[in-house]
Amino acid sequence: MLNQATVQRRGRAIAAQVKTEPAAVRWLLIAAALGFMALFVLLPLAVVFVSAFEKGMGVYLASIREPDALAAIQLTLLTAALAVPLNLIFGVIAAWAIAKFEFKGKNVLITLIDLPFSVSPVVSGLIYVLIFGLHGWFGSWLNEHDIKIIFAVPGIVLATIFVTFPFVARELIPLMQAQGNEEEEAALSLGASGWQTFIRVTLPNLKWGLLYGVILCNARAMGEFGAVSVVSGHIRGLTNTMTLHVEILYNEYNSAAAFAVASLLALLALVTLVAKSVVEWKTKQKSHVESSPSVQEEIA
Amino acid sequence: MALLLKKRSVLPGFGLTLGFTLLYLSLIVLIPLAGTFLKTASLSWTQFWETITAPRALASYRLSFGASFIAALLNSIFGLVVAWVLVRYQFPGKRLIDAMVDLPFALPTAVAGIAFTAVYSSQGWIGKLLEPLGLQVAFTPLGITLVLTFIGLPFVVRTVQPVLEDIEPELEEAAATLGAPRWRTFRRVIFPTIWPALVTGFAMAFARAVGEYGSVIFIAGNMPMRTEITPLLIITKLEQYDYAGATALAVVMLVVSFALLLLINLLQEWSSRFHKVN
Repeated sequence: MLNQATVQRRGRAIAAQVKTEPAAVRWLLIAAALGFMALFVLLPLAVVFVSAFEKGMGVYLASIREPDALAAIQLTLLTAALAVPLNLIFGVIAAWAIAKFEFKGKNVLITLIDLPFSVSPVVSGLIYVLIFGLHGWFGSWLNEHDIKIIFAVPGIVLATIFVTFPFVARELIPLMQAQGNEEEEAALSLGASGWQTFIRVTLPNLKWGLLYGVILCNARAMGEFGAVSVVSGHIRGLTNTMTLHVEILYNEYNSAAAFAVASLLALLALVTLVAKSVVEWKTKQKSHVESSPSVQEEIA
Repeated sequence: MALLLKKRSVLPGFGLTLGFTLLYLSLIVLIPLAGTFLKTASLSWTQFWETITAPRALASYRLSFGASFIAALLNSIFGLVVAWVLVRYQFPGKRLIDAMVDLPFALPTAVAGIAFTAVYSSQGWIGKLLEPLGLQVAFTPLGITLVLTFIGLPFVVRTVQPVLEDIEPELEEAAATLGAPRWRTFRRVIFPTIWPALVTGFAMAFARAVGEYGSVIFIAGNMPMRTEITPLLIITKLEQYDYAGATALAVVMLVVSFALLLLINLLQEWSSRFHKVN
């Protein structure tokens, strides 16, 4: 005679069995997934670091210490230091308007904010050339006043702002919508000013989502290539960002140096992934009720 | 601004924040994009049409759209397998693989481009093995397709994964109790649920691949008519100071991306509605 516990245990075992695949199928699928990831993600990543150190530590250090490389690193840092805070401020303000109020045309506005993700990077650069370039709308006026935007740093910053435009806003909008208005309304009714309410109530709630958006925005700002390539003019030591410097070195068949600088960018990508995972883990941990920042990413 | 409000709110700052949002959006995004469309007005309609239907342009569309389509297809198949394995099975290194799915978003495209070229060139780790077989990857459309597959990898995985996580086990149990073999349960119960998300992921990967530039130009070889993608043709025209020609092609790309964006929005709506019903 079977006792009740045995029956239950068997029942559970059968239930588990019908919900999964035969072991052979499971292992085949895992092998396919791991093979695909190894071939498409791990192998290219490994080749960057192996090629960077191919000619030894000396060549590696020399490649990232030479003046042109240092200038490129500086320009990349400067560009991110301008583009990320500007888009951060925009993201917070846009999220406030969109999440806290009900108004006509809201969905259209959200779609428009997402627009830069679906524009090809090359076109993102081109639109500024058409406005500020020598043959563009303001070209001759800028030329007369000796202001350079295209083939200069301002153009690079502008193009970077464009491609990283939606990151912070699209992270914050769903988060703020999920949190609702009650806490802010309570603060206001207790006599806090609008600004105090924002700083003391809204901002602390947004902390992780904000950080998440900034991490992604920064990775893209430092890594952008196509848009920056169109507006930069590729002047060594002056308008070359790190990615453009990698391209020049690579096209000069200076593979070890190209991969040395590329390895810094790859390292940045790895740091980004770790930071992103930590933030996702923190948000999940904080609360199961509040929705975590969406893992949705850019469209284009 | 207040006229736009549907409902009065006690929260302050609506006019100010919406005004700033619209101003910044217009200056950075809307006016420059509109300017591009205006610029094509300097071309007559016939000139415009001849530019965008020139044989070299047509060849570049075929390559850009063809390679992107195959890449998105590969991503749909393997992305589904990766998402499935990550949600359903336990294996060592699972969390690492999960995090690595996002690498294509974080890795600068130029780095991906030179890395893929290094792997698949005739002296590269894999290129070396394929060369005796007469298979050349670098500097051919095949190489372009591979690197576009890398670029689009996260889209399918990240759209399918949450839907798979939300499937209720009762559905599968019911199917099994009614005597359905596992494969039929997958085909009839699980697959219809994830199908909208899969299509959405496909469209996103495709849209991203069509506009991609940085990773492709290193592995493409960039031969006119053969391995020249549309974004590169735009750059070539710019470098020859053919601004009107470059703008005409840019307008074609913009129209395509807006159409894809609209499609993706509709798909997402369909997907979320589907998701709720189940």
